[in-house]
Amino acid sequence: MCGAPEQSPTLPAGIDVEKETVIYGAVTKDDAPVPGAYVRLLDGTGEFTAEVVTSATGDFRFFAAPGDWTLSVLHKDGKVRQDVHASGPGLLPVSLSLQ
Amino acid sequence: MSRADVLVSADWAEQNLTAPGVVFVEVDEDTSAYDGGHIPGAVKLDWKTELQDQVRRDFVSKEQFEVLLSQKGIGNDDTVILYGGNNNWFAAYAYWYFKLYGHDAVKLLDGGRKKWELDGRELSKDVPTRDKTSYQAKDQDLAIRAFRDEVVAAIGQKNLVDVRSPDEFSGKLLAPAHLPQEQSQRGGHIPTALNVPWSKAANEDGTFKSDDELRKLYVDEQGLDEGRETIAYCRIGERSSHTWFALHELLGYQNVKNYDGSWTEYGSLVGVPIEKDV
Repeated sequence: MCGAPEQSPTLPAGIDVEKETVIYGAVTKDDAPVPGAYVRLLDGTGEFTAEVVTSATGDFRFFAAPGDWTLSVLHKDGKVRQDVHASGPGLLPVSLSLQ
Repeated sequence: MSRADVLVSADWAEQNLTAPGVVFVEVDEDTSAYDGGHIPGAVKLDWKTELQDQVRRDFVSKEQFEVLLSQKGIGNDDTVILYGGNNNWFAAYAYWYFKLYGHDAVKLLDGGRKKWELDGRELSKDVPTRDKTSYQAKDQDLAIRAFRDEVVAAIGQKNLVDVRSPDEFSGKLLAPAHLPQEQSQRGGHIPTALNVPWSKAANEDGTFKSDDELRKLYVDEQGLDEGRETIAYCRIGERSSHTWFALHELLGYQNVKNYDGSWTEYGSLVGVPIEKDV
């Protein structure tokens, strides 16, 4: 997939990716990873569902469900927002570039 | 009680980092966050290992809380400023916990770690050393803590406020979406509960909305009955501490309790009523 992170996400032990809908990826700015960015997962109505902070390598990860979601990122150096659709359980990679 | 009695701004915090009698305490869900950098001079409190009994599902005892705070160098006369990640979820939980054991001089840093970081303010990796104290706690103030029987009896009688996300309320998700979804308890919510996600009480930078916005949200939009007592719950009681703070400390409603057993307990009880929308 174009722009998809090359690596699969780091998952806790015992996670069954056939059952979990994992929306994951990395936040970058000018192709460099952005640690410490606040990534929000909003549901199909735009309501807050969860928030994580990106890791030292800019990675984030959510355990969602099939459906329409929006990712919204805040950082002191910029922000970005992107809609995603999860058609079923499994891994859904997303790349987010700060504007 | 006014907002200034329970909340401090990031500007105030920055100007009072070394003020005598003020102790900054960081409480996070990600307990390693503190180690990567914290507000200079802040003490770390681990909600999982230090505020929970390590065998039974309950809080540490009054005596254990006294030992904990004494070891952290927090005295009875200190003003404790709590802050943390996740938009202050666990800091609000600790705030409620401090109140439960009778520590009155406690405040939240508005916006917590998030606002501090988005502002680009200083973080330090230095761990402070504080002299031990002889902290004295009070018995738990059960006027602010609800247990399961009271919650079941409150169905249709009191305001029940489910502060989880709409998808957790409906039963589509079993946990907040940064956590795996395979859980043992049933999905859904307590019948007659209002669904007012905690996030509606906060701005995007993690600070609390104004009193007028909060009252409009709970009363006008969501139908909270001001004449009834209120019990807030979520999954494990941390997000509902955030809403307890908004209702009890900011808006000043008197009879508001936090149900720390929350959905992980209620959704596992045998025979209690559940509503599910999916």
